[in-house]
Amino acid sequence: MNKQVDSPKDKIIRSQHVKLGTKNKKDQTFTDVNTMFYDTEMTPNFLTGSEVIRAAIKIASVGTSVAYPITPQSEAAALIGELYSEGYLDEYFRGESEFAVMGQCAGASFAGHRVFTTTAGPGTLRAMENFPMWAGSRLPIQVCVTMRGINSPLSIQPDTLEAHFLLESGMLMWHAETAQDLFDFILKGFIVAEQPDVHLPIATMCDGFFVTHTKDTVLLPPDDICLTPYDPYKSPVPCMDMECPPVRMMRDPFIMKSNYISYMTHASWQQEIRAAMERSRKHTIPLLDGLIDTHDLDREILIVSSGTAVSQGREAIRLLEEEGIKVGLVKIKTIRPFPHEEVKEATKNAKHIFVPEFNMAGWLAREIKAIVPDNHRVVAGPHVAGGMTMPSEVIVEEIKKYLGMKVSSISNRGS
Amino acid sequence: MSKEKITLCEDLADIMPPEYHELVATATYGKEDRGWKDIGNSKELIEQHSLCAGCPESIAFRYILASLPNPEDTVFVGSTGCTSLVFPHVAVQNIHSLFGNQNAIASGLKRTLKCRFPDVEKDVVVLAGDGATVDIGLDMTMQSWFRQEKFTTICFDNELYANTGGQESGLMQKGFVAKMAPAGKTFDKVRLPEIAREAGCHYVALLTVSKPNRVERAIRNAVYIARELGPTYVQLYTPCILEIGKQSMEGLDEMKDAESIGGRFVMKEYMTDEAKKMIEDREAEEKAKRKAAKGKKPVSA
Repeated sequence: MNKQVDSPKDKIIRSQHVKLGTKNKKDQTFTDVNTMFYDTEMTPNFLTGSEVIRAAIKIASVGTSVAYPITPQSEAAALIGELYSEGYLDEYFRGESEFAVMGQCAGASFAGHRVFTTTAGPGTLRAMENFPMWAGSRLPIQVCVTMRGINSPLSIQPDTLEAHFLLESGMLMWHAETAQDLFDFILKGFIVAEQPDVHLPIATMCDGFFVTHTKDTVLLPPDDICLTPYDPYKSPVPCMDMECPPVRMMRDPFIMKSNYISYMTHASWQQEIRAAMERSRKHTIPLLDGLIDTHDLDREILIVSSGTAVSQGREAIRLLEEEGIKVGLVKIKTIRPFPHEEVKEATKNAKHIFVPEFNMAGWLAREIKAIVPDNHRVVAGPHVAGGMTMPSEVIVEEIKKYLGMKVSSISNRGS
Repeated sequence: MSKEKITLCEDLADIMPPEYHELVATATYGKEDRGWKDIGNSKELIEQHSLCAGCPESIAFRYILASLPNPEDTVFVGSTGCTSLVFPHVAVQNIHSLFGNQNAIASGLKRTLKCRFPDVEKDVVVLAGDGATVDIGLDMTMQSWFRQEKFTTICFDNELYANTGGQESGLMQKGFVAKMAPAGKTFDKVRLPEIAREAGCHYVALLTVSKPNRVERAIRNAVYIARELGPTYVQLYTPCILEIGKQSMEGLDEMKDAESIGGRFVMKEYMTDEAKKMIEDREAEEKAKRKAAKGKKPVSA
């Protein structure tokens, strides 16, 4: 159970190797993340999601970013290139494939830089081998995953199936609903991922196109302030810059030994990554104001979801309200660590729990079914596959059908 | 890294392992004229190895580590294979991440080290087997050369996948019967040194590890040129005696045969004109320094 965390003025401890108030080469003032989000005047901007990624990276004190084109993240990756040419990043280049890009990011992180990259869909899967390596090597790299279809026939439409493949990669996974979420998650994500007792990679995820290519009003702090940079000497494992003496790691490489030591090393390292992920909760809860958001939990029917399916859920709730059906909402912000206790608590009085998802596998519904008591209450759906949006009416229809009410099905139209 | 950083704290000296004491007392960190001749006299940067008895790769490791011009500021990037069994015993920081992505890792690493330490030469050296360099990692090997990344790639060419039990590899000779090539390999040994030259390497060397002075020269050239000009490539024949049916003491003879006239590993060296000039200048400078040192008479008591 997550302990109740007080919200002190400083919600998270920043690295203190750079003096607050001093300036970087772009004349941006190093600013505490708490001040940036809670004591700074935010101004509304009307931007696409890709532009929001650019706005976040501009003030994130990123050292290296490596890019590779794949829809729908290409625009954001190119905009980061513009920031590099303006001098906001130390290093930026195009890699040769996502597998290579994630390796290049790892190299930069091993050498002590704050590293950011973006990928999507098939690119995420091509890069996949790197993600557990990042976690195992304790590299706090941030990858922004603008999710899209991964199957054949080719689809570039939004689809969150790739998140399913990332669930056990050892990365923190935060799922943004809106462009505002994405902006906040990117900046706060660096700070949580880089905490010495966490120090894990983080995937900040959003639904491709719906977030990346639509315009939304986003509150941004001024761009003459920036996050304090990453301190590689706060890492729980040595930075690979030959600035601390190399140690002989072991007498024999345990990889070759089918013995107890080999097992213990492997097991304890895996346990440590999971423990580090658990420890991220205490930093994340105050900074994101909880791992979930809730509305009207006293209602018998709840929609529990993540990403843009939450937005569609909000509209479905409004439509159902017009017909006198009252529905509550749970928005899940962090997929890893998963908010077990929060979801259990939030859904304890619900009779029906609907989980709309932008994928056919229903991975979020499985996660919820695995943790709530009486999980027959969980209805996995509705689902849509890549290639179409999820109209709020589809969620309305699913709920009404389940309640035994008459529906004028969208799918029956014209027949 | 300054040599002071490996100095022992007096209060903790008694609990430090003897290997560490030796490292502080007699290692060649910071010694300008370090080289293969230190082997046997000084503490080596490889503690021991977990390879097969008589494996030429273990010889290669000792020569390379003795030849590095600047081990206290060198980071190795390895890959999966027999080499990854040795890295835990090496007193230079090293990264093993995945199989085949070594040149991608090295690209990010070198660029970041350059950003973070603009005034210090931090050398990055990739050391991987032929499967990692030529087969699964060829894309990343070559792309790092195209991009003119400033680090050295060393390939331990044993002409097969040794660590997984002797399967066919791209650097295997045509006709060799191996696992996964039951009727003999059907295509020629990949000519990576020539590819390296065409792909933009400023220095390429192909040799065996039978002669330590040759290995030392190749490694030093490769590291110096990579610092200043761009990518360099050294391919070392380190036969897998186990998989080609040789005895522990026969590795050296196998390498000598392979480098004799008409053999596959007659030493070849290529460098760009720019690299050649740089090496000649450096050698002239070193020669002058030695001459000056010789001329100085020792101060008598």
